[in-house]
Amino acid sequence: MSALDIDPARAAGHGTEDALDHDTLHITVGGYVTGFSLSVILTAIPFWLVMAKVFANPTVTTFVILGFAIVQIYVHMVFFLHMTSKAEGGWNWMSLIFTVVLVVITLSGSVWVMYNLKTNMMLPSPEQMRNMP
Amino acid sequence: MSNSTATVALGAAGEAQALRFYDSGEHHPENGTLLGFWLYLMSDSLVFASLFATYGVLGRNYAGGPSGADLFSLPLVAVNTSLLLLSSITYGFAVIAMRRKRQGATLVWLAATGLLGCGFVGVELHEFANLIHEGNGPQRSAFLSSFFTLVGTHGLHVTFGIVWLLTLMAQIARHGLIAANRRRLMCLSMFWHFLDVIWIGVFTFVYLMGALP
Repeated sequence: MSALDIDPARAAGHGTEDALDHDTLHITVGGYVTGFSLSVILTAIPFWLVMAKVFANPTVTTFVILGFAIVQIYVHMVFFLHMTSKAEGGWNWMSLIFTVVLVVITLSGSVWVMYNLKTNMMLPSPEQMRNMP
Repeated sequence: MSNSTATVALGAAGEAQALRFYDSGEHHPENGTLLGFWLYLMSDSLVFASLFATYGVLGRNYAGGPSGADLFSLPLVAVNTSLLLLSSITYGFAVIAMRRKRQGATLVWLAATGLLGCGFVGVELHEFANLIHEGNGPQRSAFLSSFFTLVGTHGLHVTFGIVWLLTLMAQIARHGLIAANRRRLMCLSMFWHFLDVIWIGVFTFVYLMGALP
C-alpha cells in the first residue's frame, strides 16, 4: 500500500504539480518573518508583565495577558496557518467558527457551572451554622 | 470513474434501460486532504478545550500542596516557548524551500525544526522529572493531576509530531518532493503550527496565570 501511495504516477493523480491548492496559498518569507516577529513581541510582553509584576492587581494582569494570547492566536492563524475566509471554499472558516463556539461554551460553561457548584453546594462552615436562623 | 450512466438488464422484459445517477460530472476537490486534516485539528482543539476546562475548574485545588506560583519556573517556560516559536519559523522556511523545489534546503529546515522540537520535549521532560522527584507528581493534588494531563497531552502531540517529521524526512530523502510528500509536508505544517497555537494557551493560562498570586 505504501509502495502505491508514493508512486509518482499515482501521486500525480492528486492534481498536476502546480495545481495543488496549497500551491495557490500566498506563502512568502516576509509573511513568516512578520508573523514570527509579532509573536515574539506578543510572547515577551506577557512574560515581562508577570515576571516583573508590572501591575499590582493580579486581575488586571490576568485580563491583559489573556488579551495578548487571543491576539497572538490570531497572528498564528493568519501568518502560520494561512487562514482566510476564502481557503477551501470557506469550509476552513466555517469549521473554525464552529470550533471556537464549542470551545467558548466548554470553557466558560465548565468554569461557570463548577464555580456555582462550589459556592452553593459546600458544607456550611461552623460559623455559618451558628448564625443559621 | 465518472460514468454517470449504467445499463441494467431487466430479466423478464430483457430490455436495457439506462439508469441515471445524480452526478454532475464535477470532480470533488482533488486536495480534500488538507480540509480533512483541518477538521481533525478542529476536533483535536475540542480535546484540548476539555482539558483546559478541567484545568480551569481544578487548577486552584491544591489539597494543601504547592501552588503554581511555588512550582513553575518562568525562565524555563520562556526557554521552552522560544524553542517552539523558533521551530514554527524554521518549519515555515521548510515550506518555502519546498515550494522553490529545493529538496536539500527543505530537509535542512525540517531537521532544524525537529531539533528544536526535541529541545522542547527535553525541557518539558526535565521539568516533569523535577516535579515528580520532589514529590509533586500528578497524584499530589487535583491541580497537579490536571496540570500533568493538559501539558503532558500537548507534549505527547509534539512527540508524535517529531516522529511524523522524521518519517517525512525519510520519505523526502528517498522519493523527493513528489506531490504526495508535498501534501504531507503541508499537513504536518498545519499540525506543527496548531501545536504552537495550543502552547500559547498553555503558557498563558497555566504558567503565567498560575504564577500570579
